[in-house]
Amino acid sequence: MFEQPPELPLAQSLSMLRTMYLIRAFEEKVDELFMRGEMHGTTHLSIGQEGTAVGAISALKSGDFITSTHRGHGHCIARGADIRLMMAELLGKETGYCRGRGGSMHIADVEMGNLGANGIVAGGMPIATGVGLSMKMQRRENICLCIFGDGAANEGAFHESINLAAIWDLPVVFLCENNQYGMSMSTRRAMRNETVAQRAAAYGIPGERVDGNNVLAIYAAVSAAVQRARTGQGPSLIEGLTYRYKGHAKSDQNLYRSRGEIREWQKRDPIQYFANLLISEGKLDQAGAKQEEAAAYAAVEEAYQFALSSPDPAPETLLEGVYA
Amino acid sequence: MTISQPQTRGTTTAGASEATQQMTYGEAIRRALREEMLSDPRVFLMGEDIGIYGGAFGVTKGLLEEFGEERVRDTPISEQAIAGCAIGAALSGMRPVAEFQFSDFMTLAMDQIVNQGAKLRFMFGGKAQVPVVFRAPLGSGAGLAAQHSQSLEAWFAHVPGLKVALPSTPADAYGLLRAAIHEPNPVIFLEHKALYRVPGMVPVAACETPLGKAAVAREGKHLTIIALSIMVQRALAAAERLAKEGIEAEVIDPRTLRPLDEETLVASARKTGRVLIVHEAVLTGGFGGEIAARIAASEAFYYLDAPIIRLGGAEIPIPYQVELEKRAVPQEEDIFQAAHLLLQQKPA
Repeated sequence: MFEQPPELPLAQSLSMLRTMYLIRAFEEKVDELFMRGEMHGTTHLSIGQEGTAVGAISALKSGDFITSTHRGHGHCIARGADIRLMMAELLGKETGYCRGRGGSMHIADVEMGNLGANGIVAGGMPIATGVGLSMKMQRRENICLCIFGDGAANEGAFHESINLAAIWDLPVVFLCENNQYGMSMSTRRAMRNETVAQRAAAYGIPGERVDGNNVLAIYAAVSAAVQRARTGQGPSLIEGLTYRYKGHAKSDQNLYRSRGEIREWQKRDPIQYFANLLISEGKLDQAGAKQEEAAAYAAVEEAYQFALSSPDPAPETLLEGVYA
Repeated sequence: MTISQPQTRGTTTAGASEATQQMTYGEAIRRALREEMLSDPRVFLMGEDIGIYGGAFGVTKGLLEEFGEERVRDTPISEQAIAGCAIGAALSGMRPVAEFQFSDFMTLAMDQIVNQGAKLRFMFGGKAQVPVVFRAPLGSGAGLAAQHSQSLEAWFAHVPGLKVALPSTPADAYGLLRAAIHEPNPVIFLEHKALYRVPGMVPVAACETPLGKAAVAREGKHLTIIALSIMVQRALAAAERLAKEGIEAEVIDPRTLRPLDEETLVASARKTGRVLIVHEAVLTGGFGGEIAARIAASEAFYYLDAPIIRLGGAEIPIPYQVELEKRAVPQEEDIFQAAHLLLQQKPA
């Protein structure tokens, strides 16, 4: 259904791999900080889903927008966020993206077109539609990539948003990151459809499921959908089938799935897959891959140190930021 | 139902010339929308049946013809998408004015209004703006029963990040809406459906009524009646009757609940020593409780000669039958009686 994407230049392939390593390293550090009690509240890790985030967001250009989800660290990093400011936000520091007011679930980088993670499932979907309308009315060529999970596909906002975007031909790409569980509820139990992408037919727009752990497949599908959106052909629905290795949040005991299932999906790791592909094509060697990986962990460590050395918000600033 | 002619108010219109013209509340709203659309290309309208139909109450009639389909957007019946779409457009450079056909239907969009629109700026550390206006008719009096007649203003006023306006006159409907569209924050603009056809004088020159400034709708010294939305009109009618008995009631219209002009309310309470609060919403959790608390917690407390009386809707959904519907919410006579009751109280 979608056209083939252009061949990726080597620099971009490497950059995508680097970003995937960075997301993995960031999430692992966050996991560790929670375990150690250094972070409070809750967090939702996207380990295992790096392919979808990086593949999709690599298809965007400057001036485009994204709306993200509660599992949004990867989207934020892929959209070019400074991980130092992200780590500072998660540690509740004044230097964080949201001055410590938002935390993991609300990181946004409005300047970069990241309209934020969202604590409400499907909460970003109507907003993405509005951004699409805004771009269209302003005659801008930019689009909005609306990222949501499989859980959101059963919210009313999913239906209302996609329908509105469809009837108005809005430049929005709806990307369902299907990690197969809404907390503990599997998609098999939550819907009769085989795929979320099938639902596109209900709105008269193209829909396609692709392997979400294959960063190039996601990149290709989203690129084609972005092209449609930019050229006034309206929205598309892409579903990336992927898997989260970690629990929903820190309270998760993984009672609803087997260790075997998790292990099976870990064998299809998106980072490993892409690194091996680049190695097999002679674009990278093992040492080079190791080096990239090590650099990601070093950058995250530096971000952590930056956050640690940052000041907490001053108590007297409590009331700031409610109204413009 | 008795509706008196709105009075001219000195504080209503900042910087306006003296000349006024008569128009209805609905026409005043349309005029504000039209003038904003003419002066700012970012302003556009969206909502159910606002185009060729002109809106359920005819407020947007003629705007489609003047501004076209792109800026007067008919939407499907999708309240959540209407709200969220307006918020997304506001976040990315537009100035949407979204209409809900009835404020009762805003309950279908509460996630977008309360969890998203109201909080995005704060959650993002003050780095975003959401200049959106949500217009909706509230209130009873049209025989539309329980799901089309509520007064839910207190729900919205409870949420930091929103501003809430309830105009009671054509002049304020015009002036407050212009201010709301200029606001960089989300504004819930609640129009009383029984006021749409009520005429009043509106300044000819373009002007706006600042959000957060109460109006002294009538000056008086014996008691203060603080009334919301259509109750301002009923309070003025009751005050007219009281005046014939030599009782001078001061009628205050807060006009916006958030921000609330506490200063004007407290000053009047202090001056008269007796306070009657009237709104159409039920008393439990109603905004009158907030107003009473603010006055009781202020220096006006020491000047009160009687306990504050609150008059509000009966603790029921709005009934259909015409007499029951009337009895469910305060009428002019109820306000008149309550004023007498308040005046009979003697300080201990």
